[in-house]
Amino acid sequence: MNAKRPRVQVRGLTKIFGDEAGAALPLLKAGQSRAEVQKATGAVIGLQDVSFDVDEGEILVVMGLSGSGKSTCLRCINRLIEPTSGSVLVDDTDVTALNERELMEFRRTRFGMVFQQFALFPHRTILRNVEYGLEVQGVAPDLRRDRALTAIETVGLKGWDQHYPSQLSGGMQQRAGLARALALDPDVLLMDEAFSALDPLIRRDMQQELVALQRRLKKTIVFVSHDLDEAIALGGRIVLMKDGRVVQQGTAADFLANPADDYVRRFVEHIDVLGVVTAGDAMRQPAAVKPWQSTAAEALAILTQSGEPVVTVVCHEGRFQGTVDAETLKQAGDTELRLLLSDREACVPGTATLNDAVAKLASGRGEIAVIGPDRELKGVIANADLVAALARRRSETTH
Amino acid sequence: MAFEIPRIPLAEWCDIALDWATEHFSGVTRALSAVIGTGIEATTDFLVGLPPWLVIILFGLLIWRLTTARIAIFSMLGFAFLWNLELWRATLQSLVLVLVSTLFALAIGIPIGVGAALSKRFWRVVAPALDMMQTMPSFVYLIPAIPFFGLGAVSACFATIVFAMPPTIRLTALGILQTPPELVEAADAFGSSRWQKLFKVQLPLAIPTIMAGINQTIMLALSMVVIAAMIGAGGLGGEVWKAIQRLEAGQGFQAGIAIVVLAVILDRITQYVARHMRRDRQGG
Repeated sequence: MNAKRPRVQVRGLTKIFGDEAGAALPLLKAGQSRAEVQKATGAVIGLQDVSFDVDEGEILVVMGLSGSGKSTCLRCINRLIEPTSGSVLVDDTDVTALNERELMEFRRTRFGMVFQQFALFPHRTILRNVEYGLEVQGVAPDLRRDRALTAIETVGLKGWDQHYPSQLSGGMQQRAGLARALALDPDVLLMDEAFSALDPLIRRDMQQELVALQRRLKKTIVFVSHDLDEAIALGGRIVLMKDGRVVQQGTAADFLANPADDYVRRFVEHIDVLGVVTAGDAMRQPAAVKPWQSTAAEALAILTQSGEPVVTVVCHEGRFQGTVDAETLKQAGDTELRLLLSDREACVPGTATLNDAVAKLASGRGEIAVIGPDRELKGVIANADLVAALARRRSETTH
Repeated sequence: MAFEIPRIPLAEWCDIALDWATEHFSGVTRALSAVIGTGIEATTDFLVGLPPWLVIILFGLLIWRLTTARIAIFSMLGFAFLWNLELWRATLQSLVLVLVSTLFALAIGIPIGVGAALSKRFWRVVAPALDMMQTMPSFVYLIPAIPFFGLGAVSACFATIVFAMPPTIRLTALGILQTPPELVEAADAFGSSRWQKLFKVQLPLAIPTIMAGINQTIMLALSMVVIAAMIGAGGLGGEVWKAIQRLEAGQGFQAGIAIVVLAVILDRITQYVARHMRRDRQGG
């Protein structure tokens, strides 16, 4: 079996609301537009031919403004909303082909869901809420209590299990909502605007915690959001929807670099470029690199010629060692570079965002190195390169 | 007049229907009546046989357990007042009749309410029936009750059940239908069966609403039990009925005030229980 096969495959999902769905589907398939079909039959098209894959361990963000169909799409995955056509495959099971009884069983064990308004049961304690999914599965009381308490601890709510939801803050309630979904140990976690009802600061914390949790648990997460910053914070691929269709899928950086159309361009217009563009995207080839056994005089010659603010020094294997600036070189004569090294930390990994690069640049001497996993030198970013990268993104997004 | 529109023989039709029902079912209902009647009578006799102060203390303890010391003391004072008026026996008769009728009304009404909430078609049948049950003058129920159950407590009980049940049905259905949709969705998303959803989510959340219905049912039952005195149900209503026949205004008001006292006691208890039935609704 192919190890890289996606856990969830959504294929050609279409949802038409209204009694005229049967009449509307052929028109839609024949290529008529949403507005035309609605005019002809009165049916409202919620989703139109939506396809995407979700890999194990991934947080896929389905993003769009309200009315774009993103929540409908999420609910079609576990059939809280019945899709009109198309299929949803989880591993080898076609969810859309299950009968009512099989679907119930499938939901009990394979899907966990987290809701925008938390949807905790107000008459149950946190423990009994988290136990709920196990309870409907028929898990023995002792076992489900243990598993629920473990889940409660995982989300950082230890000690709150005997409280009622109304006694908890919004952030804590949503932790409980997450614990309720995690207690089942589901394969697929469906999160519907899970953090949208929270205060901005708590929302940021929860996003970071979810990313950390996901690194450990390696679930398959589909996360619906209207917030591009949230999608970026969660760090995965994004499926951007508009009017029930997928406009573009890819990372935020892809959207910036190659927007599919004007809608995507406008959508990413106000994006925080520094948080999306990586050092690897913004770097260039260095003009002044010297191995560390070279002399200061040799280095000074190449530095003056290149116009770089510092010489980047590497060892024989090409690993980044540090930088030396012109002032030091002028005073050093024939000293070997390795004795003059400073700023061993003036570097960022290629995967780091420009935010990290800016912080390093601010504390350094006007240039930092971009390195690979073994500290091998990939390129450099100077202050001017950063400005150029920003200017480039601006012109891409505004024209 | 050249022609006359004939009167629709509505009364005759009703009689025919009733006669038919009486002929076919009265055997069963009479037997049922005997059992229930004996039960009601035995309970009343047992309570009347005990010393009133003991019964008042027992009631007080029970009410204290269900509610607060304040309501318990207030209720005990109320019962003592009724004892003092020498209406003790009548009070117990009415109380037993109210409680028995209410129990039957709940046993029948709550399942009907649940059914009405779960099935739109069933609701379309039930709703007009409820409207009719509540608009019909209450003592009309007394007339057909007699051929089925005979004169006395059981007929009163039957009429009371019919008259007092609608609020329980309505508010049970309402409580279930008012379950927040996101909670129903959450229950579905976790793979609940229809019954799991009902018993673990919808019914528990509907309890405050259902309790409000039960409160109304008890109040209606009390008012009907008074009217049922006309077919020999006895109790406090019997005292009022006697006073009417003898034109004794004082006696009539005394019995009337006694009914008010009993009503207030029952109302306070059920309202308290309704408010505090769900633990998460308790203050703090």
